[in-house]
Amino acid sequence: MWRNLLALARYRGLIQSLVTRELKARYRGSVLGFFWSFVNPLLLLSIYTFVFKYILPNRDLGTEPYSVFMFCGLLPWTWFSSSLLEASGSLISGGNLIKKVLFPAEVLPIVSVLANMVHFVLGLVILLGFMIGTSHYPDPADLAWFPVIVIVQLVFTLALALVLSALTVHFRDIRDLLSNLLTFWFFATPIIYPYTLESVQSFRWLFDANPFFHLVVSYQEVLFFQGPFGHVWWLLAMGAGSGAFFLSGYWLFDRLRDSFAEVV
Amino acid sequence: MTAAIELRDVTKVYRRYGGHRFSTLKSALLQRSILRDLQPSETFPALAGVSCTVPRGQTLGVIGRNGSGKSTALKLVAGITKPTSGTVKVQGRISALIELGAGFHPEISGRENIFINGIMLGLTRREVQQRFDGIVDFAELRDFIDAPVKTYSSGMYMRLGFAVAIHVDPDVLLVDEVLAVGDEGFTHKCLDKFAEFKRRNKTILLVTHSLGLVERFCDEALWLDQGQKRGEGDPKRVIGAYMTDVERQEERLLSTSDAKARLDANQTPHETGPVGVAADTADMSQVTEGRWGSGGVQITEVALLGGDGGSTHIFHSGEAMAIRLRVRAAAPVEDFVFGFGVFNAEGVYVYGTNTDIEEYVAGSLSGDADVHVRIDSLDLVEGTYKLDVAVHKRDGAPYDYHRLLYTFRVKSRVKDVGIYRPRHHWEFSPSVTFRLKP
Repeated sequence: MWRNLLALARYRGLIQSLVTRELKARYRGSVLGFFWSFVNPLLLLSIYTFVFKYILPNRDLGTEPYSVFMFCGLLPWTWFSSSLLEASGSLISGGNLIKKVLFPAEVLPIVSVLANMVHFVLGLVILLGFMIGTSHYPDPADLAWFPVIVIVQLVFTLALALVLSALTVHFRDIRDLLSNLLTFWFFATPIIYPYTLESVQSFRWLFDANPFFHLVVSYQEVLFFQGPFGHVWWLLAMGAGSGAFFLSGYWLFDRLRDSFAEVV
Repeated sequence: MTAAIELRDVTKVYRRYGGHRFSTLKSALLQRSILRDLQPSETFPALAGVSCTVPRGQTLGVIGRNGSGKSTALKLVAGITKPTSGTVKVQGRISALIELGAGFHPEISGRENIFINGIMLGLTRREVQQRFDGIVDFAELRDFIDAPVKTYSSGMYMRLGFAVAIHVDPDVLLVDEVLAVGDEGFTHKCLDKFAEFKRRNKTILLVTHSLGLVERFCDEALWLDQGQKRGEGDPKRVIGAYMTDVERQEERLLSTSDAKARLDANQTPHETGPVGVAADTADMSQVTEGRWGSGGVQITEVALLGGDGGSTHIFHSGEAMAIRLRVRAAAPVEDFVFGFGVFNAEGVYVYGTNTDIEEYVAGSLSGDADVHVRIDSLDLVEGTYKLDVAVHKRDGAPYDYHRLLYTFRVKSRVKDVGIYRPRHHWEFSPSVTFRLKP
């Protein structure tokens, strides 16, 4: 396992070019092309903003400007959920590579996660635009924590992606299960509503059990809410947990590796 | 000499999925049988205890029937799958031509695919850059290199895949039946490239059904049959043994189908069928196999004998052949004609004759008798042929007529065409010369 993990470093070039290919191929043949990376989150955002500003208007929850607030949670969530959805099918759709070419299988889910990370980073540009438009700026002192949150999310997502992709080879139903589970997970995480709500706090223990809760709260505290970054210890604990999860996920993937070429 | 590829007692067992395997995650969870069901239930050995060593710089040809484990062996050497038991050792960089262009993405250009495919096969970006022109020229795709790969014809796709794989410059090259892809010219180019690899002391493992290629090209041959090693060593000898085995297999197949046809014919009661002598071509194409006749004289057994006198169904073009009829006359008869006819697979009447045509005047036939038709030289081209045999009266009324009940196969090294091969040879004046076959 350790040897394979070290070998992964050698596949940097491969991963890099596959991510580039993924991004290039995705929008090849569409009129707006790469612009879709911006349009997709914008459209999603406008729907949610419309619903929660005009249809179900929130009273004063401290979430103004709402679009900036929601974007802080929606961007990481989109990265997370589309990574998992793509990664879970990645070994099956890349079956040709696994069966016919000597190819490190873990590269496939990793590429799914990284390609979606690029979309996430592009989305940050839009977020910045909204911040300027609404003159709502984050606390510069907290901003130093932002890359840490991104790295923790990356490790956590990679770990889940590895586990899901390996298991999906054996249980194809995971893919369908997953898309439903993700919808559930989305609403169970304070993305479209603030975690400061009283009703959230009364179920706090339940929310604490949700790993993505800590990521979203960290993002929101750093990027949206003023004041000190109070969730930092949760974030660091989450980072340590993700690291351990990644190692065990990789171990599982490594154990199942030999079965891929036969079952896919 | 060091070994580039070493297989030691390699066994590969594949799982065969039976009906009892779980169908969903839910049922697996409910029955708590995930771990048990992930264990192989019914297994199938694709390779069983195969050992072989290929020294550096040698070319090994792997031959065998479909499903004999050739491709599995190649995948094991490539490292795509792991052996169930035994060890596989390979020294040096491997490039496997198993499925050409397996990693191509249809939406992006040939140029980008070359880079990504090269990197997948273990090159760095700079190495691909250096080899880029060589790859494009080899694939003959200079004009199309910036078009998306999905617009390529399948030939172009394969050429590009081959070109990238061959330019990885491996120490060990694994080739699985990929030469069939290109046109004549490209195949020659690939063979030249292989020859160049051999000169540069690279090791090649070649899986193919083209026995000629193995004979011309390989230093050693390995014959696999149902996952086991049946032969190894000098290609000529191994191929010879393999061919003999294939013939034996065909022979078994033909004799069972023969027996079946005869059984079917015997089940239909003897009755007077269409009347006609064996040479009556008008009806020939209409009538299918069967047996009919009055039964006054019966053909109890028909055997095809080879040059050595043994019963066989496989003959080589130009060899001797004998047809032996065992007949039994219920009561002595004085009006009888023996005949036989040969048809090819398309139903063309190749030859027919009988004792009446050849001016034998019948005397008497009683009890059991043997009749031999001896053909000194079976001058037919390669193919499958069917046989009619009959005993009938001079006016054509059959005693026992066997229509197309017997099948034999003619094999030939020369792939000439038509039906009949007249004995021949060529002569040339000295101003005509020929080159040796490559």
